[in-house]
Amino acid sequence: MQKYLRLYLITSLCLLSAAVLFGLVASWAFLYPETYNKFLPFYQLRPFHVSAALFWIISAATCGILHYKKEAFPETKSDNIFAQLFIYTWIGTIIAIFVCYGLKKFGGREYWEFPPVLGLPLLISWLLLMCAYFIPLLKTRGNKPIYVWMWTTGIFFFLITFIEQNLWLVPWFRQSYLRELTIQWKANGATVGAWNQMIYGTSLYLMVKISGDGKKAQGKTVFFFYLLGLTNLMFNWGHHIYNAPAASWIRDTSYIISMTEWVFLIRMIQGFRKTLEEGRKLKHLITYRFIIASEFWVFANLLLTLAMSVPAINRYTHGTHITVAHSMGATIGINTMILLASFSYILGIDQKSEQLRKTIRFNFWLCQFSLFIFWIALIAAGVIKGYRSVVLNMTSFQEIMLPVMPALKTFSVAGIGVVISLGIISVVYIIQAIRCKEA
Amino acid sequence: MFRLWLVLFVVFLVYSCFVYSNCDKSRLPVTSPDKSVVAGWNTWQQKNCQSCHQIYGLGGYLGPDLTNAASAPGKDDKYLKIFIQYGTGKMPNFQLSDSETNNLVAFLKWVDKSGKSRVPKESVTWTGNYNLDN
Repeated sequence: MQKYLRLYLITSLCLLSAAVLFGLVASWAFLYPETYNKFLPFYQLRPFHVSAALFWIISAATCGILHYKKEAFPETKSDNIFAQLFIYTWIGTIIAIFVCYGLKKFGGREYWEFPPVLGLPLLISWLLLMCAYFIPLLKTRGNKPIYVWMWTTGIFFFLITFIEQNLWLVPWFRQSYLRELTIQWKANGATVGAWNQMIYGTSLYLMVKISGDGKKAQGKTVFFFYLLGLTNLMFNWGHHIYNAPAASWIRDTSYIISMTEWVFLIRMIQGFRKTLEEGRKLKHLITYRFIIASEFWVFANLLLTLAMSVPAINRYTHGTHITVAHSMGATIGINTMILLASFSYILGIDQKSEQLRKTIRFNFWLCQFSLFIFWIALIAAGVIKGYRSVVLNMTSFQEIMLPVMPALKTFSVAGIGVVISLGIISVVYIIQAIRCKEA
Repeated sequence: MFRLWLVLFVVFLVYSCFVYSNCDKSRLPVTSPDKSVVAGWNTWQQKNCQSCHQIYGLGGYLGPDLTNAASAPGKDDKYLKIFIQYGTGKMPNFQLSDSETNNLVAFLKWVDKSGKSRVPKESVTWTGNYNLDN
């Protein structure tokens, strides 16, 4: 593994540790704002948490792709230079973003809470990544496995959605609040779709490698599901703004497209027996365990997604902690599990000592258990808030939130388990990455 | 395969342009915000208000949704200004000037005019969808 990729991998794991740690402290600041406002207010902690999580996901996904692409395409000297330039610019910008948060300089946009000027180096670094990826890709001929299509789609659409996310800087887009809101959440929804393409592509690549079955990434069925995922990336973002009085055809389009997700759910149920058989053969592998955990979380989150995609149900869940449960289930349960599988594979964790694997296995289960409590507590908080605000039609925020607090305290306690388990796994992997250099 | 991808991508581009130009036309005329609203909007972002508050149910969960705070019964401009300027136990005092406070109020009033955050029960149709056009 090259020095710059090792640095990138270590930085990504530091971001994961920072994301969960800031998340935990932010949950305390949420529960006890009067105390935290004096030294570290919630409005400052939340951007640290959100940006660390977002950059963990994107950095770890691209780190994996840069590593795996060496097997998929012929490598050239120029790719390496572009990849290095991307990594150094990307990491430098992330540091600048955290410095801004420390100085209370914000841009105040969901997901992208840093001053907009820092979007420029991020854009430049992404273009460098595209050079590193597309130059060798375009030199190869013949049919590509589906994971290459997914990586390519993810990298390309991230650029488009990132540009779209910054259109608010053009005054025309701010002439109407509803226009600005619609475009912001169109871009946010598709950005998640873009990184999911990169991450699910990596998951498929890993399954092909550890099972030795190349057919998993070929054939009409996998291409059908890829195209269905792509269609959802492009058109299924409207559930974010169902309750905003924007044009009704936006809601209609999203509602119809989102119902195609039933196909994913049926496919998962149909493949359950096959997954169990495969699990018996591969369960000793830590890489596989992380992937199979992500599949459980895909199933659980898909049920939530399908419910939230129906406007009549979304009316109760929108603006409640059910949305947070959905995003935490997706970012920790699905994305982080796949990305940890990817890093386990890159670092060869399955070939390490039994003691080390035992530590990972223990923390893997601690993470699943804590995350499950964490997720259920958020759903409970959301149900209570939705019931009180929509069914009982309460208007006083304090009154609505009063019975929600015990559920949020449970969520915060469960968060300690998530922080410990993911923190220990990150530290173990960082040590392995440093030793990789020494070997 | 690539042709199919390209067709989808072209449809996506056309749909995106249509969303940009028509997403708010059916309900509201485009009313450009005045200078005070824009300044208030910038303050809203610079102080990271969305990390605690929501507009149309989007944003943070620490404070209330502010979409229709400007038209809430019994809460006039003066009430909003006091909250914004001095904070509460939960909300920090951001040491805002009078003009920043006035601009924020102007912004919230402008947002309030764009629509209602809560969907009335009567708007839900048999398909499970909403009808917000009336």
